[in-house]
Amino acid sequence: MLQEAAFTEAKAKAKSISGAELMLEALEKENVEVIFGYPGGAVLPIYDKIYDSKILHVLPRHEQGGIHAAEGYARISGKPGVVIATSGPGATNVVTGLTDAMMDSLPLVVFTGQVATGVIGTDAFQEADILGITTPITKYNYQVRNIEDIPRIVKEAFYIASSGRPGPVVIDIPKDIAATITDTPAEQEMDLPGYQPTVEPNYLQIRKLTEAISRAKKPVLLAGAGILHAKASGLLKEYAEQQQLPVVHTLLGLGGFPAEHPLFLGLAGMHGCYTANMALYECDLLVNIGARFDDRLTGNLQHFAPNAMIAHVDIDPAEIGKNIPTQIPVVADAGEALSQLVKQNGKQPEHSEWMERLDGWKKEYPYFYDEEAPSLKPQKVMELLYKKTNGEAIVVTDVGQHQMWAAQYYKFSNADRWVTSGGLGTMGFGLPASIGAQLADPSACVIAVVGDGGFQMSTQELAVIKELNLPIKIAVFNNMALGMVRQWQEIFYDSRYSHSKIPVQPSFVKLADAYDIKGYVINNNEEAEKILDEVLNNNEPVLLDFRIEPNENVYPMIAPGKGIHEMVGVKK
Amino acid sequence: MKRIITLSVRNRPGVLNRITNLFSKRNYNIESISVGPTELEGVSRITCVVLVDNDRIIEQITKQLNKQIDVLKVADISEQSVVARELALIKVMAPPQARNEINSLIEPFRASVIDIGKDSMIIQITGETEKVEAFIELVKPYGIKELARTGTTAFPRGTQRTNSSKTYSIV
Ligand SMILES: Cc1ncc(C[n+]2csc(CCOP(=O)(O)OP(=O)(O)O)c2C)c(N)n1
Repeated sequence: MLQEAAFTEAKAKAKSISGAELMLEALEKENVEVIFGYPGGAVLPIYDKIYDSKILHVLPRHEQGGIHAAEGYARISGKPGVVIATSGPGATNVVTGLTDAMMDSLPLVVFTGQVATGVIGTDAFQEADILGITTPITKYNYQVRNIEDIPRIVKEAFYIASSGRPGPVVIDIPKDIAATITDTPAEQEMDLPGYQPTVEPNYLQIRKLTEAISRAKKPVLLAGAGILHAKASGLLKEYAEQQQLPVVHTLLGLGGFPAEHPLFLGLAGMHGCYTANMALYECDLLVNIGARFDDRLTGNLQHFAPNAMIAHVDIDPAEIGKNIPTQIPVVADAGEALSQLVKQNGKQPEHSEWMERLDGWKKEYPYFYDEEAPSLKPQKVMELLYKKTNGEAIVVTDVGQHQMWAAQYYKFSNADRWVTSGGLGTMGFGLPASIGAQLADPSACVIAVVGDGGFQMSTQELAVIKELNLPIKIAVFNNMALGMVRQWQEIFYDSRYSHSKIPVQPSFVKLADAYDIKGYVINNNEEAEKILDEVLNNNEPVLLDFRIEPNENVYPMIAPGKGIHEMVGVKK
Repeated sequence: MKRIITLSVRNRPGVLNRITNLFSKRNYNIESISVGPTELEGVSRITCVVLVDNDRIIEQITKQLNKQIDVLKVADISEQSVVARELALIKVMAPPQARNEINSLIEPFRASVIDIGKDSMIIQITGETEKVEAFIELVKPYGIKELARTGTTAFPRGTQRTNSSKTYSIV
């Protein structure tokens, strides 16, 4: 009798709910603020529920824009970016973004619609094998087979995307499962016995590293984006100051350490500064925290830190020893490792000679350009943007020369103000990523620094900027060329400019006008000063078409195959 | 050098794809891969034989495999004392006059004849790869019509000898 009563009671409680509703409930549980999504046949059941949802939904004008926006959101907020795409072409349109997020360790949870379970595998209309396609470019992927698994899968996906080394997770939902109505399923625990990211460092390795530092004569600390993912920039500063360690950044790590700090040497790598690269070349102890020794950083491995003992802190054990033999491996979250290191309070290295040497280089080999030139120099534009925003703007870039100038000349004083596509180098990333960045931090001044080439890979997203009235300042570095390609052709291919000059271009100001966004053409320094003063604090989007010197090259530069010490263009 | 890696994996959709993908993406060469269920429900065992140039590559492979969310355990058992076996089915040309001769090869290898046709027979042989390959070489002159091999599957032995030299079982 009693049992029977309990049974009817449970039945009365059980609410009928659809797969789509289960999905949206699970997103609410994860405190999702915004979804970047694009509808289509296979996700119609989901969109019908989104119609009533409280979560903000942003409609990009191309799924690739949607996923890049989610990446920008993830980078600034530290939370997973959420994307929905329909089956087939919608899903394949997010492939570039997934790869980009995988390379740069950005947490994303991407839902793709799928054809109904009954027709999977029949080459049905808009069917794509999205599990197969995305396997190598996701941290994990799921296809929902049972409706009652949806809450658990979503919970797991958020956990996987944002823990350990972050990355993208795909959840493929067949249309019939999203549409099916079921009783509210019993809660399922996460079930991931094979996934236990190590967070705490091994004490012995921390001791070893502390001792190595105390003995070093020429130490250098290389800080990568792992610092940012771990929200450890405060600890990094504390540690560097405690030990008096000079710091260099990878491209993706910028902002992890204040650029104006006396211990900061600058950006390292292919277009890094002389001091940072020479420090990596000559050091006797290299402490890498949260960087992956990417080839754009190291140059020719034979010449990379040839006399150094290597210590490497990384949350991903597979990165340690992958490219460079490592004497002190520390598998840990960068923040955990740094707080242990700070606690050790080890003896500072005796390295005054080294520090003097580094200071000498800093004075002797700063970045340079012709400041007297009559034309508008891109470096000058970046300097102006830096000055007029007090180094506090969020800078989002596309890929190419302008990206490198931004990295060189914008001196970030804070973490999580820099969004760029590093590992994959995805043109078309900048404009949509700036949308996500602005949504993650609505009160920030967001500058989208883009080339005239990459901008034209995602101009359609201007519509979103207008629609949401996001006060993004779009700075087009217009050199009428695919500048970085033109530079390589000038240097390595005898100035044979094969398809790197753009002879026909729209008026970007008129294009902006078509979206009802204000635009300005800027031809020289005076106009740049004046217009930036006018627009930077406006609470509306604006497009600035900077007509920069078309033949400017990015220096210093390490040619491919060369060692990190073999930079060219280091001095006037 | 040849390495044997064993994996316990969760039996989830796409898991084998994820693992083979990892090998091809990083340009690792798989010599054989065999998969099957284990004593635990929902857990499969995969045995990979890979050819690598140096220890760093094998370290990378095991780390990358370990990183996979459905991988429960990875072991490079190459340095251990192992029991490694594969099975091969060989269909050889065997006209009546050659059968005796073939039979005389089968016995010392403890292979067996599992099917006989008008002018061919199917031989089954199990053992370590070297043994299987030696046998295949021996029957080749008679004419092999078809050959199927399972690839190696392997276990570390129950007791490990203290010296680390490799041991192979005789049969
Ligand atoms: C999707 C994509 N296609 C091609 C490239 C190769 N590529 C790298 S930089 C570059 C030129 C970019 O030109 P632009 O956007 O005008 O920027 P600039 O270098 O002139 O600052 C190209 C084509 C790329 N990185 N991404």
